Amino acid sequence: MAASPSQIGPVFRPSMLLYDSRYRSITIQIVVLLLVMAGIGWLLHNLFTNLAQLGRTLDFDFLGRRAGYEITPSLIQYSADNTHWRALVVGLLNTLLVALVGCILATIVGVLVGVLRLSNNWLVGRLMTVYVEVFRNIPVLLWILMLFAVLKEATPAPNAYRLTPAMVEAGQSADASMFLGSFAVTNRYTTMPTPLLSRGPGGIDLGFVNFSGGFLILALILIASILAVRYLGRRATRIQAETGKRPTTWWQSLLILFVPVILALWAMGFYIQVPEITSFNFSGGIQLSNGFVALTLALALYTGAFIAEIVRAGILAVSRGQSEAAFALGLRPGWTMRLVILPQALRVIVPPLISQYLNLTKNSSLALAASYLDLRGTLGGITLNQTGRGLECMLLLMAIYLIISLLISSGMNVFNSRVRLKER
Amino acid sequence: MKYSALFGALTVTGLAATGASAQSTLETVQDRGELVCGVNTGLTGFAEQGADNEWTGFDVALCKAVAAAVLGDASAVSYVPTTSTDRFDLLTSGRIDMLSRNTTWTYSRDVDLAMDFAGVNYYDGQGFMVRSDMGVGSATELDGATICIQSGTTTELNLADYFATNGMSFTAQSGETNAELEQAFLAGSCDAYTTDASGLAATRASFPNPDDYIILPEIISKEPLGPATRENDSDWTDIVAWTLNALIAAEELGVTSDNVEEMASADNENPEVRRLLGVEGDLGQMMGLDNDWAVNVISATGNYGEIFEEFLGESTPIGLARGLNAQWTDGGLLYAPPFR
Repeated sequence: MAASPSQIGPVFRPSMLLYDSRYRSITIQIVVLLLVMAGIGWLLHNLFTNLAQLGRTLDFDFLGRRAGYEITPSLIQYSADNTHWRALVVGLLNTLLVALVGCILATIVGVLVGVLRLSNNWLVGRLMTVYVEVFRNIPVLLWILMLFAVLKEATPAPNAYRLTPAMVEAGQSADASMFLGSFAVTNRYTTMPTPLLSRGPGGIDLGFVNFSGGFLILALILIASILAVRYLGRRATRIQAETGKRPTTWWQSLLILFVPVILALWAMGFYIQVPEITSFNFSGGIQLSNGFVALTLALALYTGAFIAEIVRAGILAVSRGQSEAAFALGLRPGWTMRLVILPQALRVIVPPLISQYLNLTKNSSLALAASYLDLRGTLGGITLNQTGRGLECMLLLMAIYLIISLLISSGMNVFNSRVRLKER
Repeated sequence: MKYSALFGALTVTGLAATGASAQSTLETVQDRGELVCGVNTGLTGFAEQGADNEWTGFDVALCKAVAAAVLGDASAVSYVPTTSTDRFDLLTSGRIDMLSRNTTWTYSRDVDLAMDFAGVNYYDGQGFMVRSDMGVGSATELDGATICIQSGTTTELNLADYFATNGMSFTAQSGETNAELEQAFLAGSCDAYTTDASGLAATRASFPNPDDYIILPEIISKEPLGPATRENDSDWTDIVAWTLNALIAAEELGVTSDNVEEMASADNENPEVRRLLGVEGDLGQMMGLDNDWAVNVISATGNYGEIFEEFLGESTPIGLARGLNAQWTDGGLLYAPPFR
């Protein structure tokens, strides 16, 4: 009797799941997976049982209700009549602003300090060492509190800038005077002039944010100018490749960059509004709250110390032979840094840099210490308290921070894959 | 629920099992021999920790009164300082047995937050404090001001409503504790400080130069402050509510810490005093307590009037008048239901 096709291969018996090494690993994985799922399910069941016992359910309806509290500063239009959801977005944008400004400042500080720490100048090198050791060895919360306290205690109140008619008559001057007549650091905020357009084409109101049409036009003109300058540069390179002579482009570039923008500014009636002291506070200028300044500076200086070490490590990781070889080929030091050292150093620098950016973003949730209303302050602070929905707010908060972190890290991973050593 | 007691700590939420279902709060407190009471982190007159680590204050006295009623010992209290942001979670999660922390009784807190209010021990309202040299005489002149405010409080919402109604704008500077905001206000980092008027008076009294600051005349809200307990725990809520009522009734009936022992005799003429003090009937046993519970309460803390005078009254630096918090017979709002 001819063997049927099914009997050609090895026969599968259930005991092989345990004794056959080909299947055993799969069995173990499935069992572990089931255990993990059962564990999670059990925890969730436990959670819902406990909640039910407390007479509470998971309910996100509160996000649609009226928030009822004010948030300053706010990057988008917001009033107490808006919903908790809008308050959440306001907080999120405040978090992202701190994270963005903080990361940029931290990178600048980090790169400068990291390079200077390698300086041959003994004093500069040691100073940078002191900076790094002092900042990275003291908890960031203390830095935030200290900067905030300094700004709060050591600066004059807005009232000190006031010059009343009576004081003018008596020949007195105000207790404090504005820097250059337009900047003032107070114990509440730093105020500075704001650029405005008197004949702008009106704004585009999207309900939650009012885009200034004039500045949109300016941005478009600027982008067009930059594209034109880049085309000019590429054309010059092409001509250089064909004829061996590079045409002079610097004055054309400057003209293209500045003339259209200046003309547009003039046409739309550009002016700078200087802040003035009114009833209690300054009005008519940009105000950076002390909370924002203290938080951002503290985060940038603290994280900058870590980035400095990463940069130093990255540069030291490139062997001396590389730069010697580059010098031997006749490259100048600047070119050596740009073309030889930096591309190789970046490979070492970028992965730990991602962690530092993530740390800075997450540390920004300490904002409440500086009375700055970030996501933790709005959703995880006031909204949580006013609605009493602690669990819901915390779950949302964790989900949002997770998403922000994953976005930053995937963005940086894309950058990392571009600077990585190309292995073929 | 037993298993949750073991694994509750593991839940991602940190919401541990309350243990409330296995045992009533009264039994828990009696077994423990101690009342765990949530109080303010520090507000002169209401709850403050002295140099000897002893808690004193108007709200603290209520904790002591409940401990005296339940355990017969006013000192058997463990105090948990709570901030405006964590107080409700501490209560609903079972970390504290009762919350006595100038908390405003509102609809949504009562109905939505899984907690019950056991009455009102102080009728308050929100006010503003400013430096007197600013020349501000009314809250309606505060347009454009920066205002210090405790986050997570009803005052935060009242403030936004009040300014919107009057067509004014303000900048809020929020903080978590009274101490933090006091410091910001003293540093001039905000123009005005707003909270319950009693809190303002208490805060002002603790300033180095109280006369440099004035409390504006406007009271912009109703803030009935009272003790809170967990929801669906009526036996326990009854005990807290009737302890408070006993304090109020004692003042009305003229029972004080000095004369309570002598009033608590069978030949007292007033039958309500006899019922309150447990020499007639068994009101205490109905709540699962000893019949002389009210005697313990009043001899430990004094009646409502005595407590008020000791911590908030005219003779203290805070110097609050009784106002709304006088007995109904004196034109106030204090009105204890009959002990019958």
